[in-house]
Amino acid sequence: MRRAWAFVPAVWEFVVGEDWRTALGVIVALGSTALIAGAGISAWWVMPLAVIVLLALSLRRAAP
Amino acid sequence: MSGAEVGLALSVFLACTVEAVEALTIVLAVGTTRSWSSAMSGVAAAALALAAIVAALGPALTRLPIDALRVFVGGLLLIFGLQWLRKAILRAAGLKVKHDELRTYEEETEAARAAGRPRSGFDGYAFTIAFKGVLLEGLEVVFIVLTFGANQHDVGLAAASAGLAVLVVVAAGVAARAPLAKVPENTMKFTVGVMLSSFGMFWGAEGAGAHWPGGDAALPVLVLGVLLMALASIRILRRAANRAVVEPSRQAIGA
Repeated sequence: MRRAWAFVPAVWEFVVGEDWRTALGVIVALGSTALIAGAGISAWWVMPLAVIVLLALSLRRAAP
Repeated sequence: MSGAEVGLALSVFLACTVEAVEALTIVLAVGTTRSWSSAMSGVAAAALALAAIVAALGPALTRLPIDALRVFVGGLLLIFGLQWLRKAILRAAGLKVKHDELRTYEEETEAARAAGRPRSGFDGYAFTIAFKGVLLEGLEVVFIVLTFGANQHDVGLAAASAGLAVLVVVAAGVAARAPLAKVPENTMKFTVGVMLSSFGMFWGAEGAGAHWPGGDAALPVLVLGVLLMALASIRILRRAANRAVVEPSRQAIGA
């Protein structure tokens, strides 16, 4: 069991990487898309808008 | 071949080429400095482990319902793609050091020499370093092969593209007998980042219930949009970096 837990940080680092906020933003954007589409409203624009905002914020945080 | 299949094959080929170049540098360093047979045993063991991961996870992923698969795969591809894109943009703008294969080769060679000579015929150091290098670089490729392949129901095409990339890199490495320092790694990582982000966005939104205007025709528009945004980001960051260098000099002259 301990060995399995030891993999968690490695998997986190591999998938999420240095910027966990971007990963969280992607999950929130997908959830928002599902909610808006579920309400019968056109939701295709959510992901492109999220990518523009998330990439810009991520670059802003990383740039000195 | 459809546009999505071309995108799949190209993304996997480029991603695999970049990772194979990095793995080749590590294997060359321990192979030439210590033991070729032990290093190659490490490569073979890592290749078997990677093949086992594909064989175990590939069928499991393709059994997921299509919408759940698209949200899961789209989200992961987007998170992964934005990571690659962010690093490639920062490197292209001069804000992050570019990957230097020759320097990595020298560092690995130095470390291999410092580790001392093996006591027996089998060199555990060469085996471990080659195994770890190929496994870690290969995991990113496996991830891309599985996610792209499962979503397109074509793990075979993704695996074939990855295999072709490895063959090309190994052939080039054997011909050059040196690290492949001239491969434009950052440009390739930039391209992969654009493709993964675009496909991730497209599939993720579809899986979550959105409908793209124009259906599949929206995908090339997304690729172009992400590409233009990334190029504009590089330009803006370069300007900001230049301004940051010029401003202190002006202040120093004024003082």
